[in-house]
Amino acid sequence: MALDDKHEADGRVFKVVGTRPVRPDGIDKVTGRARFGADMSMPGMLVGWVLRSPHAHARIRSIDTSKAEALPGVKAVVTRKDFTAESDDVLDNCMAGAKALYDGHAVAAVAAVSAKVAKQALKLIAVDYEVLPHVTDVDEAMKLDAPVLHKDKTDETVPAGMSKNVIQRFEYGHGDVEAGFAEADEIVSRSFKTAATHQGYIEPHACVASMGPDGQADLWVCTQGHYMVRNVCAPMLGMDIGKLRVTASEIGGGFGGKTTVFLEPVALMLSRKSGRPVKMVMTREDVLRATGPTASTSIDVKIGMKKDGTITAGWAEMRYQGGAYPGSPVQFGAMAAFAPYNLKHVKTIGWDVVTNRPKQAAYRAPGAPMGAYVVESVIDELCGNLGLDRLSVRLKNASTEGAKASYGPRFGKIGLTATLEAAKAHPHYSAPLGPSQGRGISCGFWFNFGGDTSVSLSVNNDGTISLSEGNPDIGGSRASMTMMAAEELGIPYDSVRTIIADTSALGQNEVTDGSRVTFAVGLATIKAARDAITKMCSRAAKVWGIDEDAVIWEDGHAKPAGPNAGKFPPMSLAEIAAQASNTGGPIAGHHEVNAEGAGVSFATHMCDAEVDPETGAVKILRYTVFQDAGKAVHPAYVEGQFQGGAVQGIGWALNEEYIYGKDGRLQNPGFLDYRVPVASDLPMIDTVIIEVPNPGHPYGVRGVGETSIVPPLAAVANAVSAAAGVRLTELPMSPPRVLKAIDTARA
Amino acid sequence: MTQIHVSTTINGDAGEFLCEPDETLLDVLRDRLGLTGAKEGCGTGDCGACSVTVDGRLICSCLMLGAEADGREVTTIEGMANGETLHPLQRKFLEHAALQCGICTPGILVAAKALLEKNPNPTETEARYWLAGNLCRCTGYDKIIRAVMDAAHEMRGA
Repeated sequence: MALDDKHEADGRVFKVVGTRPVRPDGIDKVTGRARFGADMSMPGMLVGWVLRSPHAHARIRSIDTSKAEALPGVKAVVTRKDFTAESDDVLDNCMAGAKALYDGHAVAAVAAVSAKVAKQALKLIAVDYEVLPHVTDVDEAMKLDAPVLHKDKTDETVPAGMSKNVIQRFEYGHGDVEAGFAEADEIVSRSFKTAATHQGYIEPHACVASMGPDGQADLWVCTQGHYMVRNVCAPMLGMDIGKLRVTASEIGGGFGGKTTVFLEPVALMLSRKSGRPVKMVMTREDVLRATGPTASTSIDVKIGMKKDGTITAGWAEMRYQGGAYPGSPVQFGAMAAFAPYNLKHVKTIGWDVVTNRPKQAAYRAPGAPMGAYVVESVIDELCGNLGLDRLSVRLKNASTEGAKASYGPRFGKIGLTATLEAAKAHPHYSAPLGPSQGRGISCGFWFNFGGDTSVSLSVNNDGTISLSEGNPDIGGSRASMTMMAAEELGIPYDSVRTIIADTSALGQNEVTDGSRVTFAVGLATIKAARDAITKMCSRAAKVWGIDEDAVIWEDGHAKPAGPNAGKFPPMSLAEIAAQASNTGGPIAGHHEVNAEGAGVSFATHMCDAEVDPETGAVKILRYTVFQDAGKAVHPAYVEGQFQGGAVQGIGWALNEEYIYGKDGRLQNPGFLDYRVPVASDLPMIDTVIIEVPNPGHPYGVRGVGETSIVPPLAAVANAVSAAAGVRLTELPMSPPRVLKAIDTARA
Repeated sequence: MTQIHVSTTINGDAGEFLCEPDETLLDVLRDRLGLTGAKEGCGTGDCGACSVTVDGRLICSCLMLGAEADGREVTTIEGMANGETLHPLQRKFLEHAALQCGICTPGILVAAKALLEKNPNPTETEARYWLAGNLCRCTGYDKIIRAVMDAAHEMRGA
């Protein structure tokens, strides 16, 4: 579709899309009936527990499991030796091989008749460790004398002579930044640090595996992608993919953290060895020590600006540690950092670094919040130095349709300017502030993804619809799919029931990530409905004895296309369904696609904060999110994504951090000391939904889940810096850190 | 180790169970009685996902022993609706879209019900502090607080 084309949904009057019905899984979730990962039991089930390394870095000389195996009630013990599949980082992370690479790294697992016996057995496993020096800080890990985790994982992008902990180098941008800086009236250079934060889903990882002696297996698991679990686990177990059926439980939050496997291959191996179903559930301590937080970072940034607010150049060098294996989200950080701005000269360099920390996992817009934090902090400082309005400067430099993105491509239809204009017009922007209070603004960007998607839509005999999709529903997506199917078919919302099918029922479905589900599964749902409509029109044509091209679909009915087609009363979906057996058999629509055209999404956030100058404590007073949703299918759940992302970002900005001791062990593996925001920390989170339709989706939908966590780090930091009267450059802005900054500025 | 025999009332029904001396009430509910509505988010009393009431008092069932339930009255999320009729809080949570993943929802509903029994007319601040022991990672609490305030309003009017 050309950029200036009208959107196919322009002028369309939606009947279901845009309303706020009760979600189909709602009753189950308010009555306790919904079954999450740990809520499943199977006959004869054992429980599995994991032994974890107490050392940040250690060579495993040997593991003696004989005493554990001899303990009555123990049915299987698994170590890395049981996995004969070719080694890879994911398997190595699930069960340590030659070395334990972080505090909490799994080294063995036991299946027993009870948790009590399993825990006793873990104590009987003797692991002979050779403790090695460790490193947990990204800047320390890049030094030439730092302990080295891997000898052979550095790729060719890394210049010779650097530490082997530096895995990969990325570079993005265009123009000549030095020439750009020469044009600037004001230049600010700053260095920032952000702590590692955890996704903090309230449901710990859990699964139940059952493998029979015939080699077929079933796995029940809380995951963002059961197809991914199947495709990753089957080869680890030496199985054909088709022999492993994975069913997704209800999922108690993921935010990217459940896009990989931890327990699942271990549970399958324990089940294979014991011949019994095995349930594994992580403790909260396991979750924090051994699953993926996001990267901690160290970033230098330099931006030049003219007196009129024009940004002349932007440059950043970003160092992200992603834990013990390659794959920190620095690439996305380097791509996204400057994306909101239409810059002539821009350059970002990213370094992916390994340390003795748990392997990072995706966390909501992976890598982008840190990039936005540093860029938006420096823009804020430049606006202050030059006495310019912070929203006007952003509007002046904002990326618009056709602008060349800092990461390469040209933007299509985007809504950044609309979010900024909405922010400028909002009463929040002109509300007065009191003493020790400050207001912060930040923009944010996320790519959004599409990917492999399969949907099947069955027309039942009574005219109801059974819709099967393959993406775990984390935040109400079943409601959105139900709405899009009802909209397209022209039937009531209550006539459609949507389920998340297991891996044997549909073609491949990518993980619920990348803000892809409402976009890609929605697109496939609409196309599947259209497929069913084509078939239903053909059945009506058959009944009427006219050409099937002469039948159209309107308001849930097949109708003759015009007077020439013949005079027949409209035939409802239910009437067509009732006759299906006599007109050719069951009717179903389906659609399989690698969905492209996920529209990027931008947001502008506005935050008011108050700083207590005596204690350094920060209180968030007011918060407003302005974000482009393309088309909000279920506005309440769109608002929910905006609010949830903003609050996770507030936690990242103010409270949350992984704290490591000198021994390399995590010191705060619990919700008491790893403090996520609680209700009393927060005000209401106001939202403004902007709708600039995405040309890549029939209704204009853009993903909304991730963009909302990109701006808050800087929005809060800019508010706190304004309130405190000093620029804060390290997250989280915990009270001691804020107090120190205030005291240093006063001194 | 000898198991302990416990007689108790759960959601209005008299019942008995055996449990280990060191077994939490949460594990008894989930693993022995099939009441999996209460969730274990932390096991240390920090997240509130396992909230139930015992003799009307709101507790984290992960911090209480099953044996301590002897002679007491335990109420869980499974006892909140009356047959097909939802409690106003449950209804308002659905109307306000006050849940996303839903893992914290049972605990928050139990806690909010305990709040409204104690204080039928809470301020927003009171509701926020009462629910400060119930972590939600999805919603940012906005719609949860709105649903609780709306339910309180409706229940006062009824």
